[in-house]
Amino acid sequence: MSLQAELEQYRNVLIVRLRGELDHHTADVVRYKMEEAILRGSSEHVILSLKELQFMDSSGLGVILGRYKQVKSKGGKMVVCDVNPNVHRLFEMSGLFKILTIHDNERNAISSLEVVS
Amino acid sequence: MNGSNEMTLSFSARSENEAFARIAVAAFVSQLDPTLEELNDLKTAVSEAVTNAIIHGYESDASCKVTIEAKIEGDSVSISISDNGRGIEDLELARQPLYTSKPELERSGMGFTIMENFMDRFEVTSMVDGGTRVAMLKRIESKKALYN
Repeated sequence: MSLQAELEQYRNVLIVRLRGELDHHTADVVRYKMEEAILRGSSEHVILSLKELQFMDSSGLGVILGRYKQVKSKGGKMVVCDVNPNVHRLFEMSGLFKILTIHDNERNAISSLEVVS
Repeated sequence: MNGSNEMTLSFSARSENEAFARIAVAAFVSQLDPTLEELNDLKTAVSEAVTNAIIHGYESDASCKVTIEAKIEGDSVSISISDNGRGIEDLELARQPLYTSKPELERSGMGFTIMENFMDRFEVTSMVDGGTRVAMLKRIESKKALYN
């Protein structure tokens, strides 16, 4: 069981599509890939696109929170979209929706950020 | 179902076995016809407990072993996950939402909270230098719904 992270730069937004299972074992890859893209790239905001993320546990929450802090410290915003019911419950329980806005799909997420910037 | 049905699983404390552990438990429990949501709850709780054993109990020493025991009785499944690692000094503190002893590893501190919320019963016992054992139970309701 593994995880694929696809990163795409769209204007000033970094879109991160996660596919597979995000746990302690796979969290490191996500962390390093995103960390580098946020530090070195020109993107201001991040969209986490989770349509094909089949499983996530608290290790996933940890890596998402870490990137949220990173993006926020650079003055950007981080939003999530296409969240399946299982991941939604986890976000809800941990209070992540208090800091992350949720959108139905990538297009809505992008337009929400364009209003912001 | 008459009597009980049990299984025991012991594996190396390696992070790649986290997925194996939750999938193995899910496969064992599938004979109770759980819903996808119930199955996901179980997989998440197992993943949390196994990850804790590996990171905190054994500090990622892959020569150590994590043990899972699962038992189906009627419409319920009990699962215990144990390690012989360093144990937890202050259980009450460890169970606080968002508390983590390893913030440098970007742990969210939500493991115990998730296990408590996703399972019907949850108990953790620990001894410093003696290990930690998490015992959980979940009722699988979906079978009944079929007959309603």
